Amino acid sequence: MSTRRLAQEQPESFVFSDTSTKDVEFWLNKFPEARKQSAVIPLLWLAQEQEGWVTLAAMESIAERLDMPKIRVMEVATFYTMFNLAPVGEHHIQICGTTPCMLRGANDLKAVCESRIGKKGATSEDGRFTWSEVECLGACCNAPMAQISNKDGHHYFEDLTAETLEALLDKLGAGGAVKAGPQNGRQTSAPEGGPETLKDESLFDGSRGKKLKSIPNAPQSSPEPSPEKKGHPKETTRDSQEKARTDSQQTPDPETKEDKKAVKAKDADGKKGGGDA
Amino acid sequence: MSEDLRKLVVDGEEVEVPADLTLLQACETAGREIPRFCYHERLSIAGNCRMCLVEVVGAPKPVASCAQQVRDLRPGPNGEPPKVNTATPLVDKAREGVMEFLLINHPLDCPICDQGGECDLQDQALAYGRSFTRYEENKRAVEEKYMGPLIKTIMTRCIQCTRCVRFAAEVAGVEEFGMLNRGEDAEITTYLEKAATSELSGNVIDLCPVGALTSKPYAFEARPWELRKTESVDVMDAMGCAIRVDARGTEVMRILPRIYEEVNEEWISDKTRFVWDGLRRQRLDKPYVRKDGRLTPVDWTEALDVAAQKLAGNPEGIGAIVGDLADAEGMKALKDLMDGLGVKSIDCRQDGMILGEGPRQSWLFNSTFMGVEDADHLLLIGANPRYEASVLNARIRKAWLHNDLKVSVIGEPVDLTYDYDHLGETAADLDKALSGDLAKAFKEGGRGMIVLGAGALNRPDSAAILNRVAQFAKDAGLNQSGDDAWNGFNVLHTAASRVGGLDLGLVPGEGGRNVAGMLEAARAGEIETVLLHGADELRDNDFGDAFVIYVGSHGDEGAHKADVILPSAAYTEKSGTWVNAEGRVQTGARAVYPKGDAKEDWAIYRALSDRLSRTLPYDTLGQLRAKLIEDHPSFGGIDYAPGAADLDKLDFDALGEKGDLSAEPFRSAVTDFYMTNPIARASRVMAECSAVKDEAPRMEAAE
Amino acid sequence: MLEDKDRIFTNLYGIHDPGLEAAKKRGAWNSTADLLSFGQDWIIDQMKASGLRGRGGAGFPTGLKWSFMPKEVGERPHYLIVNADESEPGTCKDREIMRHDPHLLIEGCLIASYAMRAHACYIYIRGEYVDERIALEKAIREAYDAGLVGKDAAGSGWDFDIYVSHGAGAYICGEETALLESLEGKKGQPRLKPPFPANAGLYGCPSTVNNVESIAVAPDILRRGAEWFAGIGREGNTGTKLFCVSGHVNKPCNVEEAMSIPLKELIETHCGGVRGGWDNLKAVIPGGSSVPLIPKDICDDVLMDFDALKEVKSGLGTAAVIVMDQSTDIVKAIARIAYFYKHESCGQCTPCREGTGWMWRVLERMARGEAEHSEIETLLDVTYQVEGHTICALGDAAAWPIQGLIRHFRGEIEERINQYRSAKPHVQGAAVAAE
Repeated sequence: MSTRRLAQEQPESFVFSDTSTKDVEFWLNKFPEARKQSAVIPLLWLAQEQEGWVTLAAMESIAERLDMPKIRVMEVATFYTMFNLAPVGEHHIQICGTTPCMLRGANDLKAVCESRIGKKGATSEDGRFTWSEVECLGACCNAPMAQISNKDGHHYFEDLTAETLEALLDKLGAGGAVKAGPQNGRQTSAPEGGPETLKDESLFDGSRGKKLKSIPNAPQSSPEPSPEKKGHPKETTRDSQEKARTDSQQTPDPETKEDKKAVKAKDADGKKGGGDA
Repeated sequence: MSEDLRKLVVDGEEVEVPADLTLLQACETAGREIPRFCYHERLSIAGNCRMCLVEVVGAPKPVASCAQQVRDLRPGPNGEPPKVNTATPLVDKAREGVMEFLLINHPLDCPICDQGGECDLQDQALAYGRSFTRYEENKRAVEEKYMGPLIKTIMTRCIQCTRCVRFAAEVAGVEEFGMLNRGEDAEITTYLEKAATSELSGNVIDLCPVGALTSKPYAFEARPWELRKTESVDVMDAMGCAIRVDARGTEVMRILPRIYEEVNEEWISDKTRFVWDGLRRQRLDKPYVRKDGRLTPVDWTEALDVAAQKLAGNPEGIGAIVGDLADAEGMKALKDLMDGLGVKSIDCRQDGMILGEGPRQSWLFNSTFMGVEDADHLLLIGANPRYEASVLNARIRKAWLHNDLKVSVIGEPVDLTYDYDHLGETAADLDKALSGDLAKAFKEGGRGMIVLGAGALNRPDSAAILNRVAQFAKDAGLNQSGDDAWNGFNVLHTAASRVGGLDLGLVPGEGGRNVAGMLEAARAGEIETVLLHGADELRDNDFGDAFVIYVGSHGDEGAHKADVILPSAAYTEKSGTWVNAEGRVQTGARAVYPKGDAKEDWAIYRALSDRLSRTLPYDTLGQLRAKLIEDHPSFGGIDYAPGAADLDKLDFDALGEKGDLSAEPFRSAVTDFYMTNPIARASRVMAECSAVKDEAPRMEAAE
Repeated sequence: MLEDKDRIFTNLYGIHDPGLEAAKKRGAWNSTADLLSFGQDWIIDQMKASGLRGRGGAGFPTGLKWSFMPKEVGERPHYLIVNADESEPGTCKDREIMRHDPHLLIEGCLIASYAMRAHACYIYIRGEYVDERIALEKAIREAYDAGLVGKDAAGSGWDFDIYVSHGAGAYICGEETALLESLEGKKGQPRLKPPFPANAGLYGCPSTVNNVESIAVAPDILRRGAEWFAGIGREGNTGTKLFCVSGHVNKPCNVEEAMSIPLKELIETHCGGVRGGWDNLKAVIPGGSSVPLIPKDICDDVLMDFDALKEVKSGLGTAAVIVMDQSTDIVKAIARIAYFYKHESCGQCTPCREGTGWMWRVLERMARGEAEHSEIETLLDVTYQVEGHTICALGDAAAWPIQGLIRHFRGEIEERINQYRSAKPHVQGAAVAAE
């Protein structure tokens, strides 16, 4: 990855379209009002969906919308690699190049893109295709694969070969419809040729949906009265927000000794799996 | 408040420290030195440089000592105090590793780096690094960034410690620095590479532990070891920030902050830091006398003779006006000379401020600057501390951020870097704003502070404003006596000389005229001679036919009007005493000699007094200071700010006069932050800052 | 082989309808209110008794983690955060849950939130999983419409809101505190710990971050009994587990199997064996790219669980098995992983920011043979200087695969260097070798 820079040429202004505006509201409603900054990634994404890339004007508009300093929005836009800081083609072919895909032929897919579109990151001369190499897209059992972003969405195309990718690009180029998912006829991530497991009919005949007669280990005494009802914790106090902002790194709440030990143990244990610990 | 103390064994030595200390601080308490780059006492903890790793016995890996508190450590199985080691092979190895990582992509261009000689990276590489490199790859280069006329960048040197980012966001309150991109491509920049707009931006130069951010005006000027370092006091505003003046030969090469917790912590404004090129330009380095309408260089004898001849005239036809940068010694000598001559028209309030009668507490910042951190509610009236006392403003922001200080403003709705309730813009709004509700809120809300800005005290209705505000102070129960005494009445001056001048009584005596009166009288021919003691900020510069004697250092407004110029030393060129807004008496030492033939102010008046046969009773600065303290005991308490002492001398009922409050909006006494005095106006750097600032979009009003 | 009746993710392959009604037929949302009626302590005790260890990689006991949350709700609300930022190379299991069995996850969210006294849950899904996010949002809508979440969720009396948020391309956001930063609208830079999320997590409030699979198995654990779950696998490594097998096997796939299944059995039973036969196996990365690889001789009989893999100096991680046969350029394969970590380093702390790039560049040269023999030792030393010196575990994750490579395939690197030199007579030392 080389340093990501904003595009030299930037449009003057940005406004969310009517459709996007509804989506903006949808996202803002997910977070407490005082925490609307939480919506910055979704809003940048909406802007990209609308414009095809994240323009400076969009960043500034979102900063204003979310009461964020502009530099903070720009930090986010440059940190997350899915944000296109410059325009891309109509079809953005994102080839996963990480080891699991590499082992199963991602380099062949890259070669196809290089010959058809150009160097990594390039946009084809007609402006219709851009290709990038991206890191693990999390479809490793269907390697090699690519995510193709276009007006139809951001679908995964899996179990590709150089030939099927060529065919896919041909179809896209001709404006034809393409089917996402495995390109070799496979059922999602089941083994090729069909699953060997999950064939027991009783799993699907509804017998599992019947109300349980008893629950294992249910408490002997009558169950607790129904759980306490409490209001929706939409708002946090300024107090706790400020704490989070300023003190959180220094002042843990008092906790029991036992808990503390366990927390320490967690730290010791929580070493691996930066990915999705 | 009882402190939670914990025992800790550092390198085998047991210490007892507060539980909320970081391990880094605890190790320092035990006398260990912990290397660091990102950690800074006055910034939030980032823990990103990893240089401060120490070994906590029992922990699976080294611990960043800046990021853990003593209370985070567990005692041993039998309650033994936790053990921290700072000099074991594990620690040495870890530090060596971090050092190596920092250096692999660092250009190692120390010979051409201005940070050389005072670079944390250089020093720590020597102490903790390897003596050779194992890195065979190409070094990373980072594109240059523009940050304005003050900060020079060589971003390839940056080690991504984010001190500058945190300073801008936390202390300066202007979120314009950030780290873009990620991983090894992460780079520090201002937003769209615009010039930094904070008036405190220069502090990032001190904070930068490497040569990434250096002083642009100082670039390639000198090496730190060539410089003579002199401790002094800043005169750019009334805060009296502690500074160190670095000089080589006859020139001041740069100005840096000194740590003074009570006054400026360790920050200074950009004006304080970068004004030094103004000390080299527009200087009055020899005496002048106006001959045939032109100022002509003369020798001291002639100049003093001409001046003395004029001052020998009728004392009622003489007036003296003192400027904003004057030291107490010069003012004392002037006052003694004028008293000796029987001159009553003397005034140190160029701007026409009304204060000067009554107890000293009526013109001081009584809560003290540090008191801001103890306050619960702050009301600013006609003051814009961001530009009138920038470093104090950072402290207000700090209190707002960390102590929940509530701020209200009556005055211009400007961006002060913190939120406030805007209660009105004009004096006429005072009545409504200072209603019973606010008084009640103040009274019940703990410690309150009112800050009256210079912009509220130099208006036609200032006496009424003062009276109204004093009434409020009384209603709000602002002052609290007792063990926990608190004086919540504050005046925020903008002139470094002002409190000293008022303390010395440089206000018109019985039958004397104030500044406006003198000017009017001059135009009416009633005043024949005006002595301007560094007075360059007069609103009205028409002296009629009066003869003008200018004593000062720079060829600015006053000198242009002068008939005689008696050149004097600038603040870095003399040993002087200044009293800051808090009433804190401070002395600065001489860093370089005065320019050319210029002399210290007091010596000029001493020479004049001799010619006028009113010889002042001191021949040396020491004797002058002894007399100063004898006549005005407050000058004896060096570095002391009275705060709430003598609280009872301040009678709110006696302040100001009842009168009509005008609908004229309050205006800050500072209109262009970078251009407030003759030295700043002589500075090219300040001119550039002022120009850049005008290009920047207008500050938006804070809610 | 695990019997179908013991499988939790019955629609793993998306053959059936992921919708609410079909999911209910398969057992989701069965007696949820009853489960909640037994109270928080009961749920946490059951989770502890099941022996479930977190499915996100670190393997920390889930029940214990839940118990760290304050027992009373103070001024600050509690939050459950579900980590659906599945990005560990080799791992693609949570994706299947979210698009094919989303109701198990949503039900799990309600149960876990209730157990931790949270009225709100955020699911943070990686930005690239756009279709999965849409599928999940759809399922959540269904659950709201059916009254299973929202006010008085599923008739339990507990008010519960569930929201989906997403990232935009940053592996580091799978680290729990980086995820919280990202969820707060910032760069995904991990926080310093302490404080731990249970004290100060999302918005400074008590929070627990759990992996999708950990949460999604919770309802079935409670319904079928902790003993049932604990009876599968080995002690300390209990339950069923989704395995993602990729790379050089005949039929790569996701499969739910018993914990502690032998690696060889997993590959041969479900994946059609190693390409070219078991003896064509070179090495396996058994738990996602972060864990050190193991060579064939270890693969022959190692069990797929936390403890067994730890014993062979690797780890179960996310149970993402990356298989490499004899044709693999193992140095290049690990160099590509090193590139991944360089690409994904957040840049916050020194050893990772500077070290990942260094390690990758050296490995790239080594893959070409363009290196000194002494550099192998230097590289190893650099990995130890990164490991354990960083804020989060990404530094460790970047170091371990390289350590594994050098531990088991040092000879291959040396061989590569020798080859390069013999082909380039001008390289210093080559002439001697050639003589």
